[in-house]
Amino acid sequence: MPGLNTSSTADISFMLLIFFLVTTSMDTDMGLARRLPQPPDENQEEAQVDIKSRNIMYVRLNSEGQLWMKDETFSDYVDISILRQRVKDFVRNEQNFSKWPEKHVKNIDLLGRCFVTDKHVISVQTARDTPYNAYFQVQNELVAAYNELRNELSKEKFGRTWDNLTTEEKDAVRQYYPQNISEAEPKKYPGEK
Amino acid sequence: MAGFKRKEGREMVEMNTSSLPDLIFTILFFFMMVTTMREVTLKVKFVVPQGTELEKLEKKSAVSFIYVGPPTDQLRAQMGSGTRIQLNDRYAEPKEVMDFVAAERQGMVNEGDQVISIKADQHTQMGYITDIKEVLRKSWALRLNYSASRRN
Repeated sequence: MPGLNTSSTADISFMLLIFFLVTTSMDTDMGLARRLPQPPDENQEEAQVDIKSRNIMYVRLNSEGQLWMKDETFSDYVDISILRQRVKDFVRNEQNFSKWPEKHVKNIDLLGRCFVTDKHVISVQTARDTPYNAYFQVQNELVAAYNELRNELSKEKFGRTWDNLTTEEKDAVRQYYPQNISEAEPKKYPGEK
Repeated sequence: MAGFKRKEGREMVEMNTSSLPDLIFTILFFFMMVTTMREVTLKVKFVVPQGTELEKLEKKSAVSFIYVGPPTDQLRAQMGSGTRIQLNDRYAEPKEVMDFVAAERQGMVNEGDQVISIKADQHTQMGYITDIKEVLRKSWALRLNYSASRRN
């Protein structure tokens, strides 16, 4: 019984290899991960939640992509480079300043009794013709601010960076600094269709 | 005189190539693991924004892409230069995103894992993105990823 001639197997597998090289791509996709709020319940009337004005920071982008910020202490057009520090100061409210988000006691697993500002809201508003890039940069800075806050807390409480925490520890830090970014519907100004 | 005289009766031994197919198969499997299929032909061109707080997209099978940007140069003559939304292989309206999401969701092992990646040109107007987001929200596709490249 003569053995099967397998000399062409190499050629066949080369063909397969070349096929895969051509049809696939190796680039890894990266991006800024965000989570949308749940859709409003149509049957229920929308519960109007009253948020104290000290708890809200407004971040608005106009049609030229200019950034405007407002909280109880400050309201003006600013450069994006100072957004991160302002958001960090606002969310942290170290001095329990009466014009920045209120602090209250919360019991968190692993962290115990904490004074947190979890009622704060950062409201991002855009116009319909705001450039996407401006919006993306704002989102990026907001996420960066939260990441830095969480990282600082992780180092302080657990002695490790955020990336090296266990799932439970991450959860505790997340409860301490929840991401409350609200994106209202784009503003429609009078006279605009 | 000393010479290099070829000994009589000695023939060139052929290299044993029986393991060659296995070798190639190994390379093939490597490529199958690390790469992903190119799924669509791009009909819009886009330059994604740059960011610093990016995360890698894991679980490729649970990711669906929405492309937003002006038509490619070849299609510009026909389609103009206005912003278009591409789903799968064709242009679509924002409201069609809902069907797209539902179709993509079919056959996913865990529907809650579904991630929508928006690959949008950085000069796109926010109105298009907001429309898409609104539809995504209505269709309960809440995990979103704004595709971007890393800024150094």
